[in-house]
Amino acid sequence: MTAPILHIVDVTRTHGEGETAVHALRGVSLDVFPGELVAVMGPSGSGKSTLLNLAGGLDKATSGQVLIEGDEVGALGANQLASLRRRRVGFVFQDFNLIPSLTAAENVSLPLELDGMSVKEGRRAAHEILEIVGVAELADRYPDKMSGGQQQRVAIARALVGDRRLVLADEPTGALDSTTGEGVLRVLRDRCNAGAAGLLVTHEARHAAWADRVVFLRDGVVVDTTGSPEEAETLLVGSGS
Amino acid sequence: MSVKLGLLALLAEQSMYGAQLRSEFEARTGGTWPLNVGQVYTTLARLERDGMVAQDAQADEEGRILYHLTPLGLEEVTTWWRTPVDRDETPRDELVIKLALAVTTPGVDVPAVVQTQRTATLRHLRDLTRLKVQASDQQASSDGTSNDLAWLLVVENLIFAAESEVRWLDHVEARLAAEAARPKRAVASTDAAAAEDAEYRTAAARSANTTTTSQGARK
Repeated sequence: MTAPILHIVDVTRTHGEGETAVHALRGVSLDVFPGELVAVMGPSGSGKSTLLNLAGGLDKATSGQVLIEGDEVGALGANQLASLRRRRVGFVFQDFNLIPSLTAAENVSLPLELDGMSVKEGRRAAHEILEIVGVAELADRYPDKMSGGQQQRVAIARALVGDRRLVLADEPTGALDSTTGEGVLRVLRDRCNAGAAGLLVTHEARHAAWADRVVFLRDGVVVDTTGSPEEAETLLVGSGS
Repeated sequence: MSVKLGLLALLAEQSMYGAQLRSEFEARTGGTWPLNVGQVYTTLARLERDGMVAQDAQADEEGRILYHLTPLGLEEVTTWWRTPVDRDETPRDELVIKLALAVTTPGVDVPAVVQTQRTATLRHLRDLTRLKVQASDQQASSDGTSNDLAWLLVVENLIFAAESEVRWLDHVEARLAAEAARPKRAVASTDAAAAEDAEYRTAAARSANTTTTSQGARK
């Protein structure tokens, strides 16, 4: 069986201590395999964003393990973490977060160049992925000359440029109208079909429906999943519910 | 959905025989509401009785009887296009009834009922979304036959309905949580009903002796 790209084992995340401690996550386990898009849903404060931040090494688990392609994120130092985020994990945010003073191609190639790749090679990789997500013609355009949907496609290209195979998306369609949002989800879906692994946080059922399965969080535990029965079983291990 | 109006709308385009009406109806609605031939012929017979359709004088070359619209039938269809669909009649929705009963039946784990349903509806929504991707690809690559567009619209309608159900279930859950956090009143609703019942009986007994109606005595 293929190994998961993202492997989360019985993770907890507690903010603060003692009586005022907030348990954001309480024993969550989750695998995301290549080719899979998994949506995370749940009410506000259920731990969705915490889970995404842990998955991307932006936050550290109080206990449990987060492994990306076999490497334990919690055991990495600051430099190694930064390198992980440049090479292996891509983020897509609600408000796109492109750098305004850089063109689309420059935005996309930036993580590669920061990682030591030559400008020429970086640009070539950028053009390749921009072509794949259907916005090749925007390569030399600056973000303020693009529509929201176009910016988000560029952001997905940036998240998946190079060898990166894990894309973490936090409400990526939140700022877009319904048709444009759908176009963006389609790009994300296509990238996952082509072998990437995606974790999508959303509160919209219609958007979660693009995923292969939906994991439902409440009060920091996985309360349900729409996966097939045996998948559900493995997913619910350690959920504490 | 009224089969009658569907058939009239199809016949407004051209004369058709029963099986043809059935397959046209299904092709245009993506087979979401299958009809059987018997249903089609029963409806045609009723429409004929009401003077909205008539049989062609001659059968076609294969001996099939074609039906066409009468002016009255055409008027009926035209009125249908012009007037909104009547939403006043509340359809009996099993899920709504189930939850209404669940919250009032002791011992039912209502949050579990909500969660189980939401999971099933989300799964359904995912399957519909896949269908939609297929349908929109088909529509994009087709030579523009309107049946592909019709099917896409039907699927999208089902998606909106499923989404609305999930949103309602989220709301039910939030409502239940708020209700659980609220301090309980001393009298449960069943006790209140029993009390009201007793009061009603006393009042009824009293009204037998006086001119006051039992209804008035309850107030």
